[in-house]
Amino acid sequence: MAIVINGSGTVTGLAVGGLPDGTVDEGTLATDSVTAAKIPASLENTFVSGRKNLIINGAMQVAQRGTSTALVTNGFTVDRWKNHQSGSTTARFTITQDTDTPSGFSSSLKWDCTTALATLGADDALHSDMRIEGLDIQHLAYGTSDAKSLTVSFWIKSNKVGTYVVWMYLPDGARHSANTYTIDTADTWEKKTLTFAGNTTQVISNDNTSGMYLRFVYGAGSDYTSGTQVTSWANNVNANRYAAQTVNLADSTSNYLNITGVQLEVGSTATEFEHRSYGEELALCQRYYQAFGSNRFYSPSLNGGTGKNIISVPFIQVMRVVPTLSFTDRDGNSSKFSYHSSNVGSTHNGDNAIYTTYFYNGQLFVLPDSYTGYTSWVQTVKLDSEL
Amino acid sequence: MIIENAKYNKDTNDVNCSVKATIDGVEMFVPMDTSNRHYAEILKQVADGTITIAEAD
Repeated sequence: MAIVINGSGTVTGLAVGGLPDGTVDEGTLATDSVTAAKIPASLENTFVSGRKNLIINGAMQVAQRGTSTALVTNGFTVDRWKNHQSGSTTARFTITQDTDTPSGFSSSLKWDCTTALATLGADDALHSDMRIEGLDIQHLAYGTSDAKSLTVSFWIKSNKVGTYVVWMYLPDGARHSANTYTIDTADTWEKKTLTFAGNTTQVISNDNTSGMYLRFVYGAGSDYTSGTQVTSWANNVNANRYAAQTVNLADSTSNYLNITGVQLEVGSTATEFEHRSYGEELALCQRYYQAFGSNRFYSPSLNGGTGKNIISVPFIQVMRVVPTLSFTDRDGNSSKFSYHSSNVGSTHNGDNAIYTTYFYNGQLFVLPDSYTGYTSWVQTVKLDSEL
Repeated sequence: MIIENAKYNKDTNDVNCSVKATIDGVEMFVPMDTSNRHYAEILKQVADGTITIAEAD
């Protein structure tokens, strides 16, 4: 007997075997008749293949530069997250890799206000950015009718309840869009989910420059808030960027904010955070920054002669562009080298100036200035090719 | 980005190859590549008249 249900009719139960094998097939279900919201969380990853999180270091695990920074203008603490105190603000924050996290995470990025500013100046802005290379987001098909929606999900905690802005920007074409969220309860981890429509008009350049910014805003002055909050893709207007932002994280030295578990994925549904291994995440970060700690890189020996020498430093990963270099000698003096005046293993004999540095064929070369001795070396080498 | 003491650095062929500068308090060698964010900022601040780059020794 066939049963047809129309209008408000409902099925209250089916006997075991009531839907025999093959009864529910592609012909039975209309297109899109089962929405993503009806797929059990336990199965969601079954339907996602390959890498889904476009964010590198979304769990804030990797911190090659160190775990704490007193921010003056802009800079990095955990890898890939660029923190800004832009404008002429006198507010100051310490940015740390923190162990306060929601369940299932080990690190978060923390902003802790150390110098307060009750009212931000007109051109002041406080935010953390993730900049994504154009090479990595061509599959979004931006600039075409197939442009894909993106969903960002994250965990956040602060003493400052209120409305915050997440801003997205395409440097190609200077297009922007934004979403808002509220922190509802002070001092409590909350998970937020926001969806951005695909941009059908702006192509993202297929190169190693910034293709997209994802910006978490913590406060802004009137230059960025005096307009109408942008909520869909439009040409950038500074006054419309963060108009809905009500929170000024700088208004008290009691203020703090922690964020972690940031995921940006294709589609309009937030799925479970993609945990990658530490080694994998570190390797991804090293395209943009490499720190060699106290490792020493030696030159060949001059065998007691006098002259310039060459110290070569191979890259761990191919970097995005030719990086900025900083290094020290054994004693921590910037841009100097240390040397021996007898064979390797003998006592360190001193420090001296660098003649030049250059990059060639994927390696860094450091040329010490002329000296008399055997081997020379540099250490604490740092290479920066961030966006 | 606070940039101070910018000065060209020459390679072994006596050609400018990088800019040595103190950036946010750290001495760095910045390659002359416009895709490098530090060099891009140096060029911006030079254009703005905020800094100048001294010739190499």
